[in-house]
Amino acid sequence: MSTLNLDVYMPVVILIVLATLVAGGSLLVGGLIRPHNPTKLKETAYECGEEPIGTAWANFNVRFYVIALIFIIFDVESSLMFPVAAVFKRFNEIGLGGTLLMSVLTFVLVLVAGLVYCWKKGDLDWVKSFHATKVNIAAKEK
Amino acid sequence: MNSTIFSYFSQSKELSTIISGLSKSLGFDATSLVAFIVFAIACLVVVGALATIGGLGTYAERKISADLQARQGPNRVGPYGILQFLADGVKMILKEDIIPANADRFTFILAPFLCMIGVFATLAVVPFSSGFTLTDLNVGIFYLVGMASLVGVGVFLGGYSSNSKWSMLGGMRGASQIISYEIPATITIISIVLLAGGLSMGTLIGGQGGMPQEWYMFHNPFAFIGFFVYFISALAETNRAPFDLPEAESELVSGYHTEYSGMRFGLFALAEYIEVFVVCGVATALFLGGYKVPFELGTGAILVEKLGLDIMLAKNIGQVLELGSFFTKTFALYYVVIWVRWTLPRLRVDQLMTLCWKYLTPIAIFNLLGCAVWMYAFNGKSIYSLIFETASTVAGHH
Repeated sequence: MSTLNLDVYMPVVILIVLATLVAGGSLLVGGLIRPHNPTKLKETAYECGEEPIGTAWANFNVRFYVIALIFIIFDVESSLMFPVAAVFKRFNEIGLGGTLLMSVLTFVLVLVAGLVYCWKKGDLDWVKSFHATKVNIAAKEK
Repeated sequence: MNSTIFSYFSQSKELSTIISGLSKSLGFDATSLVAFIVFAIACLVVVGALATIGGLGTYAERKISADLQARQGPNRVGPYGILQFLADGVKMILKEDIIPANADRFTFILAPFLCMIGVFATLAVVPFSSGFTLTDLNVGIFYLVGMASLVGVGVFLGGYSSNSKWSMLGGMRGASQIISYEIPATITIISIVLLAGGLSMGTLIGGQGGMPQEWYMFHNPFAFIGFFVYFISALAETNRAPFDLPEAESELVSGYHTEYSGMRFGLFALAEYIEVFVVCGVATALFLGGYKVPFELGTGAILVEKLGLDIMLAKNIGQVLELGSFFTKTFALYYVVIWVRWTLPRLRVDQLMTLCWKYLTPIAIFNLLGCAVWMYAFNGKSIYSLIFETASTVAGHH
């Protein structure tokens, strides 16, 4: 067939360079004409008029971490599904659609089992603690 | 190399004469050099056009919102206030640039660049028409999904590096929202890839036709649901209302870009508006037939046959029609995006996560399996052709 031709990737490089130039250029042009008189107060973080106490780089809600973990599994899943999906039609035309369909089903069902597990454990609930307390209270009342 | 903007232009005789002439005078094969120049000009045109569309997007947003709320909207700068976005741009350039003393300087400066690069790089594969696609990469849609996720990194870094509590919360929310909604969007895209049998934009659109019953949206019931899943996820991925939690102004001041002023904020805003256009374009390409024009008018073959036009001229007319088809559908979706923003109230964070993980993701997986089973059971035929075939066999028997 055809040889590897990297010319088709030229616009990608050009666009990335262009994006940097547009962003950098507009900041550079602005730098020549805009005022620049910083004061100490101006350079503090905005906190609705209050003086900020402490830094914002503190502990954050662990929910974000759980979401990120679940995301990674599903993102890897979807990137693994892309090649299978791309050849599905061709396999179907030569009569191997059933084989591919079964492998897709198996693969997805394993992941769905994982999603169901997370759901049951309550990792998909944003306000988990509230739900857990309610269950505890209900258990105690019995 | 096929179906790039360069290969479209190289159909004309003038370009090949230029290439051979240059090759002779320079002493080496000038094809790549000419390709580079053509690509550079085309990229400039696309970036210029998209920056204008992004700017006009802000104007349209304000004008349409004013219309929906029975107000006037911008009406001072230029006729009907249409030059408002230029005035805004000038204002942003003239604003003082403030970088907080406690901020992480390097990432603070880097964040808007990442957003811009992520959005601009996706433009390489947006199929404006069959000839006017900058490049039709064979990994097209996969590349687009990957590059678009750079915006999420930019949003998170912007929020994190500002060292302000509002920005931190906005950045955190932005990151979790963008990555969460990427899952249903990507799985829906996979189910369309399954129908088309290829990743490049050319293949994805090539399987569809100009008439609505040939679109993938009406190919089968799963793809029909898939369109709405993708559209909702795309709204959330671009931080548009009702999913604009990362910049929720009533609770987080301005979210992840609270500390950004002037042009640095402008870059975030520009990237967001162009990204909305890109996701609308992708929705058009995947579900609404992309640039296809009814009755195969896009190829120009009919014009040559019936009117006796020059082949190149007929092709160019076909391209213009295709551009019109693509932009009409995309702008219609763009209008819906703005319309939704001024109609629905904002979601709460827990509702947002519930919608994504407990509704959209299971529905998207169900759609994926549904599409796979449909392809296997009906040998890739659309619901319309099935009905049509059944009807004609029934009619044939009587």
